[in-house]
Amino acid sequence: MNWIAIAVTFKLALLTAVVLLVVGLPIAYWLTFSKWRWKFIVESVVALPLVLPPTVLGFYILVAIGPHSPVGRFYSDVVGHPLPFTFEGLLLASILYSLPFAVQPFAAAFAQVDHRLIEASWTLGVSKLKTFFRLIIPLSAAGLITGAVLSFAHTLGEFGVVLMVGGNIEGETRTVSIDIYDEVQALNYAGAAKTALLLLAVSYGVLLLVYAMNRKVWAVWPQR
Amino acid sequence: MAAALTVDCRKTFPGRFTTAAQLVLPLDHPRVLILFGPSGSGKTTLLRCLAGLEWPDEGRIQFGSTTWIDVAANIRLSPQARRIGYMPQDYALFPTHTVTGNIEYGLSDLPTAARRERVHELLALLQLQGLEQAKPAQLSGGQQQRVALARAIARRPQLLLLDEPLSALDAPTRSRLSGELRALLTQLHIPAVVVTHDWAEALTLGDTIAVMNAGQVLQVGSPQEVFSRPANAEVAQIVGIETVVQGLVVANDNGLATVSVNGTTLKGLGADVSGSAVYVCIRAEDVLLEQAGSGITSARNHLSGLVTEILPQGVLVTVTVDCGFSLRAMITRGAREDLGLERGSTVVAAIKAGAVHLVPRSG
Repeated sequence: MNWIAIAVTFKLALLTAVVLLVVGLPIAYWLTFSKWRWKFIVESVVALPLVLPPTVLGFYILVAIGPHSPVGRFYSDVVGHPLPFTFEGLLLASILYSLPFAVQPFAAAFAQVDHRLIEASWTLGVSKLKTFFRLIIPLSAAGLITGAVLSFAHTLGEFGVVLMVGGNIEGETRTVSIDIYDEVQALNYAGAAKTALLLLAVSYGVLLLVYAMNRKVWAVWPQR
Repeated sequence: MAAALTVDCRKTFPGRFTTAAQLVLPLDHPRVLILFGPSGSGKTTLLRCLAGLEWPDEGRIQFGSTTWIDVAANIRLSPQARRIGYMPQDYALFPTHTVTGNIEYGLSDLPTAARRERVHELLALLQLQGLEQAKPAQLSGGQQQRVALARAIARRPQLLLLDEPLSALDAPTRSRLSGELRALLTQLHIPAVVVTHDWAEALTLGDTIAVMNAGQVLQVGSPQEVFSRPANAEVAQIVGIETVVQGLVVANDNGLATVSVNGTTLKGLGADVSGSAVYVCIRAEDVLLEQAGSGITSARNHLSGLVTEILPQGVLVTVTVDCGFSLRAMITRGAREDLGLERGSTVVAAIKAGAVHLVPRSG
């Protein structure tokens, strides 16, 4: 088994889940509680990775962070090397790719918090931000764990986006799914089978955890 | 000018109605204002405007020298900045927090020792000792209500807002707790606005009653004024009790209480009448009129008096009899003719003890 690829994959999935926990919470909060009439536009953008082919998403990310884009130029000016085909580039792509897998369970959990509890907290002099941390987060804990675990599991198995943005660099961007593909291309079915089984076991274990904790895992958008 | 809560605001719900309220609640001598009316009359909306949870479309709310909202001047004070104690209808206790956690929720700016002391004080005041670590789901309705009250008053608010504080309780608990709540409100010395649709609750808790219907405040006055002298037919219909007088319980025999009203003695039901001051409440349709000297009936109360007013209302006639206090009776036109009732006639009013409702009145 390619332990280096396994390490890269788990590092990528873990960092993606952590970043999405931080970035996804405010987005989900806004999507749940904003009364802006056009917010469905943002909802649709967040949900895009669910339906877009990973190659299409990967292609646009590649162009957006490439040396010809302002973002890509800015990054290579500051850091010293371009973003595509690096672990950081891959991380950014993974975050965008797994965004709905984090934001949607978060938003669904927030929407289930009884609004009268939130109002009660406000009348007790507790600010909106503190109410979020002291009341809303504990009340939506299951949904937050679900979102984090799903984005972790989703990143573990990503292939198209990784290939487009990360390439196939040993120890840097070669993930387990790429490794399996390489093994099959090299007709090493035994090696591919071992790695595939590991991925299957981990993914199944993660989903077991989620379903055991929360039965509404795949609820797409919160009911309103 | 004495400090007062002044409300003059309007809020429209598209497709429903417009809530418009003009009210003044004096603050220097804390009083309990009751917003009374049927459900859907706009009471809760008005209370939520006071809490800062609903924004009126126009008008202003002034609390003492602080403007809470002034739509024209674009001033909107958040609920956090109003220092209020708000208790919603279903209490909205935080399910993830213990009783202590709920009570101290709004006290996070206090040092730990002071916070602990305040919680201890409130647990004692509301008789919640022993339940410190319980979660709301483990509490009875009455206990939940007391936790919600403790949480609402923990920050020593300058105004208490209670939405149907007793409606989530079963009837026996409700009548027991209404007296306790009145005593607590008096003891706390905090002005309060209480929403209710229950007339007994309104009488028990209130110093001033504002009768609301379809978003409008129809009459504001003392309980006795509003119930005994409704401003118009609409108010009379909403309050539904034509005679409300103050009385003193002089004896209580297994729930059958003897009450003295202006020297007239009445028997009424009130097993849990606590204290001796009560409101005696009698519906006009529960009063029978008979000629003086007629036979014995099962009614426990026979009060003779003079007819002071006769008011025809369709097929019915409302007759006011002075029998030590003003008693209203509703009879048919035919009955009035058979009895030959005119102003000044002598008549006996018969009322069953069960129709004489006694509402405890303490403080």
